[in-house]
Amino acid sequence: MDQTTQTFGQGAFGQEATEARQAEARQAALRVLARAEADELATGLESIADRPEMETLRAPEFGLVMARGRIGGSGAPFNLGEVTVTRAALRLPTGEVGQGHVLGRDRRRAVLVATLDALWQSRPYRPAVERIVEKIRARLDAGEARKRTETAATKVNFFTMVRGEDT
Amino acid sequence: MYVAVKGGEAAIANAHRLLAERRRGDPAVPALTVDQILQQLSLAVDRVMGEGSLYDRRLAALAIKQARGDLVEAIFLVRAYRTTLPRFGASLPVDTGKMAVERRISATFKDLPGGQVLGPTFDYTHRLLDPDLEGEAEPEPAATAEDPGEGAMARVTDLLGEAGLIEPDPESDGEPGDLTREPLSFPAPREVRLQALARGDEGFLLALGYSTQRGFARSHPFAAEIRMGEVEVEIEVPGMDFSVPLGRLKVTECQMVNQFRGSAAAPPQFTRGYGLVFGHAERKAMAMALCDRALRARELGEDETAPAQDGEFVISHCDNVQATGFVEHLKLPHYVDFQAELELIRRLRAEFEDREGGQEREAAE
Repeated sequence: MDQTTQTFGQGAFGQEATEARQAEARQAALRVLARAEADELATGLESIADRPEMETLRAPEFGLVMARGRIGGSGAPFNLGEVTVTRAALRLPTGEVGQGHVLGRDRRRAVLVATLDALWQSRPYRPAVERIVEKIRARLDAGEARKRTETAATKVNFFTMVRGEDT
Repeated sequence: MYVAVKGGEAAIANAHRLLAERRRGDPAVPALTVDQILQQLSLAVDRVMGEGSLYDRRLAALAIKQARGDLVEAIFLVRAYRTTLPRFGASLPVDTGKMAVERRISATFKDLPGGQVLGPTFDYTHRLLDPDLEGEAEPEPAATAEDPGEGAMARVTDLLGEAGLIEPDPESDGEPGDLTREPLSFPAPREVRLQALARGDEGFLLALGYSTQRGFARSHPFAAEIRMGEVEVEIEVPGMDFSVPLGRLKVTECQMVNQFRGSAAAPPQFTRGYGLVFGHAERKAMAMALCDRALRARELGEDETAPAQDGEFVISHCDNVQATGFVEHLKLPHYVDFQAELELIRRLRAEFEDREGGQEREAAE
């Protein structure tokens, strides 16, 4: 569902709420796109007709992000170790800037994510991008559900052995 | 005087060619692919990622192949590669409470919310070699449960924490120290020690953790929880009004709890040691948690008597790349150094013999 088409009251507060919802929806789309395979992103992108020309803002590049944990799980942060990340950014003729950040070293995937992120921000293209995101999400969810059932099968069911003759 | 010696270029080039051929082994046997290592030697990949301090499965698998399975060499390769990349920034701290759990056990509570979930474990195997693995027989598919349960599970320490029986996590949102950016100084704060332990050598930390159990540092730990699974990682990007999701990392977390009788300032409660490592690396996470707790001796007012409690000793020696660099440099030519030592020994020897000879002469007279 396209949450940003809903209205939330009038004036500045409504505007802010709409922006917050929009940010949340874009983040949710990126959360899925970041985990997608390059091929499914490419196939999805090809299904969108009349794509605009993109201007490269940042050519795809490899780098590191220091991943952090918290002491004890919820305490002060500490540096756990680095992860490889590929990032790219590009702009639509209408000004929307798409950002692609993916784990690993994969320029193609970073550019595809940036492209879809830019199109997501452009109203005419958003429904098409959301359809691609939905399809990928369904695949990821199915994989996770499968994994969860496998994990759940290893759950220990304790039973108590009654000993002695008290009963 | 410093004398530089050149030579050996042809020998070195040929040694490396020989290494490449030996690495490949018998050409009649198919070459190992990086994907095979990634898939089928995944715990070796995890170890290289953890101690290489770089999460990149493909790179770790390639390093293992290049190093002919020598994991410390593979870790060295990964550490060298990381220096070639710029750093984009630091992630938001990962939330292990929201982990998509693939294994979670507690040795302290039988009936905890979410239950004891064994996952893919070597525990309870009989450690008998399986000749079937010599062949290519496929395993039977994993069993599946009707009820998949919830994905996320509350951390055991949070359950105990509610009753105040366990010390709370130290709070701070300050910028943590980073040993890859600033040189270590001692005593190192806990967050820097944890960074060092997370990338420290599994064997070294395992032995130190073991020493604490055997009495070298009074410690009677319980494994309150061990969990393994995937966590989301996000980064803040300038100009974006939300944190950007990068994907998921597999990590192993261990929470050890120890009895603490209390002090003038603190009531009796359980204290904690913490382990968090890239990948599925349970032994390492447990050893890390034991060492973390032992290294808190001074903070908790305990006697510092054992090696595992000595921050400078543990942190300065737990890095296997540093350790192997210094130990293995002994193989490099030390001809001039040794020549000087040899001269010295000859002189001392001559002096010794002169003295001996003198004494004998005196005795004879």
